[in-house]
Amino acid sequence: MDRREPRQAAAGPSRRRFMVYTVAATTLTVAAPLGCDPSRADGATPPSDVLVTGTDEEMLVLEVTAANEVVVRLPRVEVGQGITTAVAMMIAEELDARLADVRIPLADARSKGNQYTGGSSSVSSLYGPARQLAATARARLVTAAARRWRLPAHVLRTRNTEVVAPDGRTATFGSLTASAARIRVPDVSSKPKPASRHRVIGKPTTRIDARDIVTGAAKYAGDLAVKGAKPTVVARPPTLRGRLVSLDDTAARALPGVHAVVKLPGGVAVVAETFHHAFQARDALRITWADGPLVPLSDRQIRSRLRAAVPRLAAPPHGSTQIEGEFAFAFVSHAPMEVLTAVADVRADRAELWFATQTPMDARETLAGLLGLPKTAVRVHVLRGGGSFGRRLTFDAAIEAALVSKAAHRPVKLMWSRGDDIRHGRMRPADHHRIRASVAGGRVVAFRHMSASVAESSDEKGLTARSAAVRPLPSDSGLYDFGRVGGDSGGIELPVPLGAWRSVDSGTMRTAEEIVVDDIARALGRDPVAFRRTTLRSRTVKAVLAKAAAAGHWGRTMPAGTAQGVAVHEEYGSAVACLAEIDATDPKNPRVTKVVMAADVGTAVNPRGLEAQLMGTAVDGISTVLRAGLHIDRGAVREGSFADFHYARQRHAPLVFEAHIIPSGGEPGGAGELGVPAAAGAVANAYVRATGRKPRSFPLDF
Amino acid sequence: MRSYSFVLNGRPVTVEAPADMPLLWVLRDLLGVTGPKYGCGVGVCRACTSHLDGAEIQPCTVPVADCADRAVTTIEGLADGDTLHPVQQAWLDGDVAQCGFCQPGQIMAAAALLARTPHPTDADIDAIENVCRCGTYPRIREAIKKAAKNGS
Repeated sequence: MDRREPRQAAAGPSRRRFMVYTVAATTLTVAAPLGCDPSRADGATPPSDVLVTGTDEEMLVLEVTAANEVVVRLPRVEVGQGITTAVAMMIAEELDARLADVRIPLADARSKGNQYTGGSSSVSSLYGPARQLAATARARLVTAAARRWRLPAHVLRTRNTEVVAPDGRTATFGSLTASAARIRVPDVSSKPKPASRHRVIGKPTTRIDARDIVTGAAKYAGDLAVKGAKPTVVARPPTLRGRLVSLDDTAARALPGVHAVVKLPGGVAVVAETFHHAFQARDALRITWADGPLVPLSDRQIRSRLRAAVPRLAAPPHGSTQIEGEFAFAFVSHAPMEVLTAVADVRADRAELWFATQTPMDARETLAGLLGLPKTAVRVHVLRGGGSFGRRLTFDAAIEAALVSKAAHRPVKLMWSRGDDIRHGRMRPADHHRIRASVAGGRVVAFRHMSASVAESSDEKGLTARSAAVRPLPSDSGLYDFGRVGGDSGGIELPVPLGAWRSVDSGTMRTAEEIVVDDIARALGRDPVAFRRTTLRSRTVKAVLAKAAAAGHWGRTMPAGTAQGVAVHEEYGSAVACLAEIDATDPKNPRVTKVVMAADVGTAVNPRGLEAQLMGTAVDGISTVLRAGLHIDRGAVREGSFADFHYARQRHAPLVFEAHIIPSGGEPGGAGELGVPAAAGAVANAYVRATGRKPRSFPLDF
Repeated sequence: MRSYSFVLNGRPVTVEAPADMPLLWVLRDLLGVTGPKYGCGVGVCRACTSHLDGAEIQPCTVPVADCADRAVTTIEGLADGDTLHPVQQAWLDGDVAQCGFCQPGQIMAAAALLARTPHPTDADIDAIENVCRCGTYPRIREAIKKAAKNGS
């Protein structure tokens, strides 16, 4: 691939917002820089005509192969959110390619650009560049066909990965790619279609990898057959961040199939012929552990310290009456179904790793530093992940795999056990909230939300410690017309592994607020939906609430012990409402029987994928409010598997689930995390209305 | 180490393995059959769910010795060539999967349920213990009902 200087570099950044480069190659390859402003996606700035060779390092790269495949190496990770399908749809739309001809492999870690998957930002960050990229490729393919057939380009059409002439002649994109690669100035527009002409975007579409998944062909890190990579597991201390005092590995090494025993900062790794041999040898290690730094503490102390760290509420407005609530949320495991797994092959002068990661560029840099290698000598292959929910923002297993491979002088496939994942994995921080609404004259005149959360202390950091936890921000969303809105946050630091969990602070902050909104409505004798309708500021939020309430038959007569509940949320440029119905005739064992959600996320690229994301957040809401959390007992996590970390099973999931997508032509907002607070709030509010109880500590079954 | 012979997805196989080696690791690490997933190793999450003589098992808790001279079916052996099993087809039609990791086990559990209960009730479906951390349960329920309808 040769490199040339950008011909239009002098035009300056303002003209280059959506510039698409041509990468010199024997097949048509174009690239679009990421990180540009997606609000300009509709072609306000015309794309540059031609150009430039570039490296693909910082770009979204599209290639049309001679075999008539359209390949886009995606700088994001697929962890179940459906991003590969959404991007394939954007590409198929603008190229007029068959979806089945579009391939979206995940790009290896790069050294420049935006390769971060998180913050529900993938669709919104890719929507402009991906469509521009494909529209540019289409213009060149059409031009190449026009020259081949000696026809004016504007009479040609594209469909099904082919260019079609008025007389019916066709040419596949693959047959045109070599000549298209030489086109410098296309004869037709490179502008993406107006939304009114979208046939793929907005159409409910099945995942492009659905067949691979249902046949068992989809490969995750642990399924890879990297030559010589031996199964590896790690013995870890009984308490969080316990330290190794002594190790006797004689018995373990004497077992059949054991290749190596390697000390790590967080434990002792065993490399063996199979995972069966590795687990057996792990259990045969004789290790003395020193207690971890958290041993003096259990949940009760942590909770009381959190409560004490919540900033005090100032005096309420004179003459108002107060509606107050205090809420505690437990630690929660991410617990993706695929436990952390990484394959590493570390040599003296280079390293190659395979794992699912939301932050491959950080991972590559960190691994290079740890291994004492230049970044260019470290290759990180990004694999699909079996779930994430924020867990793969950090790359704990990859670090361990790299260290073990280096020490054992052999490739390894290192896997955390489920026990490791729950006992030593990262957690959504526990937090505590004190909320006060001040009411006067039948209105809320002030709304204060004080909170305190656990932060990961900076001392005692092992190699795996990279805290992604952020302190909650006071609620200043102004979602409701509640007069003076504000708050503050405090926190305590503990040496526990924490990590951002789907919807991050909103998962607890906004859930607690939605419970208080119901409390206010109750105190004022108002219906929860009617009260929200009159106090919500945003028309979009009001509209999703109205949709959920109508579709879910809000206010229908329900038998004793059962009830409906609602909640709303607005974030990532999107809005959502949730209506949940609960059967709490046995208050100790409530069942959410029905969930109706309505969302406005701007342009919904794949409504079927969006529905799936909302469904997932509904089950997250049910789990975190009713069932799933972690206890800390004297410095250790009490739970150790899905037997005691009670994430919802089928018998806890709603029998009926509906998602209503509000039609919108706006820019796509975020959707992956959006539904969590609304679902959690609706479940809690339904529980209150069904039982008359006022739950203040979550999950309820603690 | 003894050798054990069984039928795997319709083909006879023989492996040398310790008697107590769980079938899961025999499949994954010795035979390269990776459809059944490790999710807990103690039969709780059921991501590895497969069939032994047509009945549901969790290979992470079944020693290879118990499989000798029997028929093991994993997700890879459920389809009839290119023709998907009705449960797989219903999963595909309903776009059930998100991350996909638990789905081989979910599909094998559903197929075993339908084999013994061709028209399952909601309570029968509720009895499925397989964890789906993405929360695809409502689509799983729909797909099972659809497969039941199409299979009859």
